[in-house]
Amino acid sequence: MLTFTIRRLVLAIPTLLFISLAIFLLLELAPGDPMAQVPLTVPPEVKEKMREALGLGQPVHIRFVKWLYQFFVIEPAIFVDTLFGTTWAEGEQRVISWQTRSPVMEIVVQRLPQTLTVVGLAYVVGVLIALPIGIYSAYKQYSVFDQAGTFISMVGFSVPPFFSGVLVIVIFSVQLGWFPSIYDTTLKVNSWDTFWLQVRQMVMPVMVLALQTTAQISRFMRASMLDNLNQDYVRTARAKGLSEATVVMVHVLRNSMIPVITVIALGVPSIFGGAIITEQVFKVNGIGQLLITAIEANDLPMVHTLTFIFAVLIVLFNLIADVLYGVLDPRIRYD
Amino acid sequence: MTEANESRVTAVTSAVVTEPLTDPIPSAPPRSQWVDVWHQFSRHRGALAGLVVFVTILLVVFIGPLIYAQDAKYVPTGREFLKLKDMRPAYVLLWDGDAKADWAHPLGTDNIGRDTLARLMQGGQVSITVGLAAMLLSLVLGTFIGVTAGYFRKLDGPLMRVTDLFLALPLLPLLLVTVLLFREPLKVAFGVEGGIFVLIVFIVGVTSWMQTARIVRGDVLALKEREFVLAAQSIGTRSGKMVIRHILPNVLSPIMVSATLGIATAIITESALSFLGFGFPPDFPTWGRLLNDAVDRMTFFPERAIWPGVLISVTVLSVNYMGDGLRDALDPRIRGR
Repeated sequence: MLTFTIRRLVLAIPTLLFISLAIFLLLELAPGDPMAQVPLTVPPEVKEKMREALGLGQPVHIRFVKWLYQFFVIEPAIFVDTLFGTTWAEGEQRVISWQTRSPVMEIVVQRLPQTLTVVGLAYVVGVLIALPIGIYSAYKQYSVFDQAGTFISMVGFSVPPFFSGVLVIVIFSVQLGWFPSIYDTTLKVNSWDTFWLQVRQMVMPVMVLALQTTAQISRFMRASMLDNLNQDYVRTARAKGLSEATVVMVHVLRNSMIPVITVIALGVPSIFGGAIITEQVFKVNGIGQLLITAIEANDLPMVHTLTFIFAVLIVLFNLIADVLYGVLDPRIRYD
Repeated sequence: MTEANESRVTAVTSAVVTEPLTDPIPSAPPRSQWVDVWHQFSRHRGALAGLVVFVTILLVVFIGPLIYAQDAKYVPTGREFLKLKDMRPAYVLLWDGDAKADWAHPLGTDNIGRDTLARLMQGGQVSITVGLAAMLLSLVLGTFIGVTAGYFRKLDGPLMRVTDLFLALPLLPLLLVTVLLFREPLKVAFGVEGGIFVLIVFIVGVTSWMQTARIVRGDVLALKEREFVLAAQSIGTRSGKMVIRHILPNVLSPIMVSATLGIATAIITESALSFLGFGFPPDFPTWGRLLNDAVDRMTFFPERAIWPGVLISVTVLSVNYMGDGLRDALDPRIRGR
């Protein structure tokens, strides 16, 4: 198992390098010029110096290697510096955003908590709702509950978040006035009142994201439970007189959770992608919204770094899912 | 002599059993596979409803503009503009008699007086065409890569690594970046609307073939071990002929299922891009674009956001149900149960 994990980790490195190169080359084709906003009165040689200050003077391969060095060596060193007060990365050139002229990672670190609270909470809520629904609809297959569950999860698949978001805003914010339609990230939680405000503004984005998660995971849970419910060991368990609750909730559930857990792990990065749209609908200023503004403003270092962070998340969670599968299910060991 | 034999046989049989054994003669001619599939499909209520809804939407969107009198591109001016702009849907009159609405514009008009229903139909044409074209592209790519990887052992490793690589790409961010980069050059080459159409179909198709390729490869690997392939090989069938005559017809069912699901994802992706403002230009309606335009004034005109959204969702839902029914109908283990 350990060798398998190590092999997968080593294999992930070329994948990530290749993805990063692909994104970099794609962005190389970008027509925009960061110097386009500079007044025409600035002489050309000054402009040339300004370009070099942004790191644009050199050929493509040197800039790519420099970006790699900045991302994989300097940024982690800065992270260690801020944690332990060391001075490893002092005076080193960081990845700079063209929009704000400040380090990209600083902005990402500012925006990440918003995304993580909304998206992370939505995922947890979605999974917690989905599991019991999946278990019960498998146990009562073809019952009214199961049919309704199937229909609702089909709807959850089909309604895109940019519509369900708009719909809940129309219903709960415009018509009923229960929740604010815009997520206020300047809100500081320091009393019961502000806590209550925070809860209220999180309800709608979490609901929209959770609908998607619930639809997917409850289907997987149901299918996996159905696979297990007809197996011989279930009959054996019933035959030796175990209570129905023990049979279903201990024996069957534990076995059916194996594929479901990997699906849950695989779904984490896609939820970040979906959050790009949800953040736009509810005006949450997380990393999805940061990416959109960066693309619109032609801020290439920011776009490159953010897209690469998304890629790292996908590769990482694929790896986690693979390893978890091996750990949970001794029949599948990749040795 | 035969007569004597026969008489003896009848004597014996009549003593033991009353009638000789005969092969059962089928009363109806044999049914083809597709009749069976249709039979099973039509018993899946959700799938049938999905088919009816999808065909209705297709008819309304493509035939509707020929019947419906209003022009989607007509922008009124002067006094007429003041009269026609910002109309509510006609059904609002049922509970609010003072509302600015007219049965000539059943779903109202937008802020510069264009008819909403006509724009919805035109937007639907674009959304559905994009969905179908992108699905076809991804299907062709996925089938080609899947069959090649499954059939030619040497290509299996590299092609599957490429598939894994594509699966690891962060798709939505990349789609946004690509649209931004190639919008201008393609606009020059194919015109404003044609360029963005080609671009969106291309990028949605190129980023969604991976599941089809994986499923097709798995099926081809299994088919390759079957006897009929061996038989075809032993009479000297070449690889190209083998794939077209023997392999492809047998992987048709998974391809058809991923085709229906592909339409759904393509429509949603196109709408998402348009919604984020990275799709078609503003005066060129698609359902996602109409939804995006409506969001700012949602408080006063919720119907402008709700109708395109409902149409996207209902189309995708009906296509998903069709896919579900098709999967059941094409699976011989489930069929006939």
